[in-house]
Amino acid sequence: MPLFLNEDQTALQDTIRDFVGEQAPVSHMRGLRDAKDATGFSRDLWKSFAEMGFTGLLIGEDEGGLGLGHVEAGVVLEEIGRNLSPSPFLTTAVAAVEALKGTAHAARWFPGIIAGDTVAALAIDEAAKHRDSVGLTAERSGNGFKLTGKKQFVTHGHVADLLIVAARTAGSADDAEGVTLFAIPKDAANLTATPERLADASLAARLEFDGVEVDADAVIGDVDGGRSPLDRLLRAGRTGASAELLGVGGGAMDMTVGYLKQRKQFGTLIGSFQALQHRAAHLYSEMEVARAAVLKAQQLLDLDSPHADTAVSVAKAMTALATTLSVQEGVQMHGGIGMTDEYDIGFYMKRARVLAEMFGDANFHADKVARAAGY
Amino acid sequence: MTQDLDTFRSETRAWLEANCPPEMRQPVRSEKDACWGGRNPDFQPGQKEWMDAMASRGWTVPDWPKAYGGGGLSPAETKILREEMAAIKARNPLNSFGISMLGPALLKYGTEEQKLEYLTKIARGEIRWCQGYSEPNAGSDLASLATSAEDAGDHYIVNGQKVWTSYADKADWIFCLVRTDKSSKQGGISFVLFDMASEGVSTKPILLISGYSPFCETFMDNVKVPKSQRVHDENKGWDVAKYLLGHEREMISGMGLASSGGNPLLDGAIATIGLDSEGRLADPLLRAAIATFEVRAKAFGSMSERFIDELKAGRAHPAQPSMMKYYGTELNKSRHELMMASGGSDALEWESEGSRGGAEARAWLRTKANSIEGGTSEVQLNIIAKRILELPA
Repeated sequence: MPLFLNEDQTALQDTIRDFVGEQAPVSHMRGLRDAKDATGFSRDLWKSFAEMGFTGLLIGEDEGGLGLGHVEAGVVLEEIGRNLSPSPFLTTAVAAVEALKGTAHAARWFPGIIAGDTVAALAIDEAAKHRDSVGLTAERSGNGFKLTGKKQFVTHGHVADLLIVAARTAGSADDAEGVTLFAIPKDAANLTATPERLADASLAARLEFDGVEVDADAVIGDVDGGRSPLDRLLRAGRTGASAELLGVGGGAMDMTVGYLKQRKQFGTLIGSFQALQHRAAHLYSEMEVARAAVLKAQQLLDLDSPHADTAVSVAKAMTALATTLSVQEGVQMHGGIGMTDEYDIGFYMKRARVLAEMFGDANFHADKVARAAGY
Repeated sequence: MTQDLDTFRSETRAWLEANCPPEMRQPVRSEKDACWGGRNPDFQPGQKEWMDAMASRGWTVPDWPKAYGGGGLSPAETKILREEMAAIKARNPLNSFGISMLGPALLKYGTEEQKLEYLTKIARGEIRWCQGYSEPNAGSDLASLATSAEDAGDHYIVNGQKVWTSYADKADWIFCLVRTDKSSKQGGISFVLFDMASEGVSTKPILLISGYSPFCETFMDNVKVPKSQRVHDENKGWDVAKYLLGHEREMISGMGLASSGGNPLLDGAIATIGLDSEGRLADPLLRAAIATFEVRAKAFGSMSERFIDELKAGRAHPAQPSMMKYYGTELNKSRHELMMASGGSDALEWESEGSRGGAEARAWLRTKANSIEGGTSEVQLNIIAKRILELPA
């Protein structure tokens, strides 16, 4: 399989580029922010995603979806990134769908996701830095379980119809085994969700589980066997976040190169200065390399390859590094105007920081690459 | 189609398993481990067998046409062959500027006679080539070259000096840029081939900071070059030169990739520094530096795959080799800095047996030329800025 988009994928890219560019450009995000929108995204837009079929992109055709793969999901996410569009696509249509796929929950939740009625949130992180540990406990209680503990950085957590929760049913927080994944509907008793506005104007909730009772059928997969669906969720989420980062970094780079071609100082276009040309060319190189890493991870995921894990970590780390460079160079090369709220380049910087942190930052993933290689 | 490729893969795997000598599956540890062929070859055990076996199938140049000694493989088949070679850690059977630089230029610009004559010999490793491009006063500004070729009927008389000619003292033939018209800079250059044994050619190795002399000065004193050995039209040599430079940059960018057969950086760091109780490299800051480097190196590995796929499909930007060259060479310099940091004072030994004659330190110093040869990093950034990003002049 060549490492570039095939004809169908390129056609999809054209469609989604037009769609997101028209329906949810950066001004859409700015509008939601200025209105102090309490949802964090537009439900109408999510419905439009459903009408286009995108919400069921990763769901099999026999279950009513499009039956496409991670390359195609990435094509959508890159445009979401490029337009800074607030959307539950990554958490719902990518990460949650991958966790539920092939389990008894698929039949229950997929129709709502496909229809654009259901939004999912991922309750994974328990500390400010993403880690592999799971400490929130799920104790046997009656026919089901009782969940106690805290989660944070749960995007859409205050409005989600479905929460995917990683909990501990055996062992201690840092054990690899003994994890169970739960699908919990909203409005569960003894669950408090407090939305917090983040730097990029998105909303992420802090969740408190104060003895939340769920039935045994809330378990995704097997009790104590949650690592498998959790790993599927994380691989998909990390790869998807990488694709979104690619869009954020690419969008910032395009804006910056465009600015170099129209801003004049000293009587000439600043893009003619070699000091800036070399920085822009270096940035282009980093973004190209990141793009290759993302496509590699997506293809390996679609092939169910045993090498996918390392490729996913390389993609997440590389896109975080390249996009961080892109947004920093973006603000710097825009000069003073880049520091103003009125200009969009600052939004790219904020979004990049949030995505860089999501599902593990560049250091977290470089560490994973090192461990996998035995050092 | 997929089934054909599966069959090709299993046959290729079986053939490589049967024909690749065990010595040729060991990591390349020094310059001597590379097989260059030529009229006066210096074969190590297994090298000739491996080169000849691959050449017999046209697999030293798998994607060249069979008529010119190639394997006639499709891009998909070529990729499979490379993957299967990597899987058994097979060495490159033949290192050759003929394959990586001259060949592609001849395929595009050579006459049928030239292709049949030169390409087949390149494929079989019979002629070792060197490149006569840079001159003492023509480095980054290559088109200002002054070596002259005077018209003498059916041949030229060539006079002048080239510099940084890699392995000129070991090469059999040279592909050389000469000036056939002084009135036009780029439009007065021609591209000629000649035998290094021709009367009037002499070479002088240049001692480098590595203590090696891979580069030479090459002097031409009234050298007779038949016009039949000119590639493409007279005064159109710059087109050939630029096309060839694209391929040279592609080749040099390959230095950013980890060599086949193990990862010397990781192996060396673990051997010298050791692992802690949790299996991590015992120097945490060096470990972090290496891990971040490895992220970039692996990502660049995918970039190389993507670049080759796009190139074969005719969809790569014509200036993309400049990006590959820039990134790959800077990466390779970083790799060797980390190898030196991992090796500590052991890696500083210059002559000892334990250091294999200072192999690590000399290789480290050699990499410093990567971002100079074939166009400096700064020249590549200029090209990216102007031709890809289309920034104003």
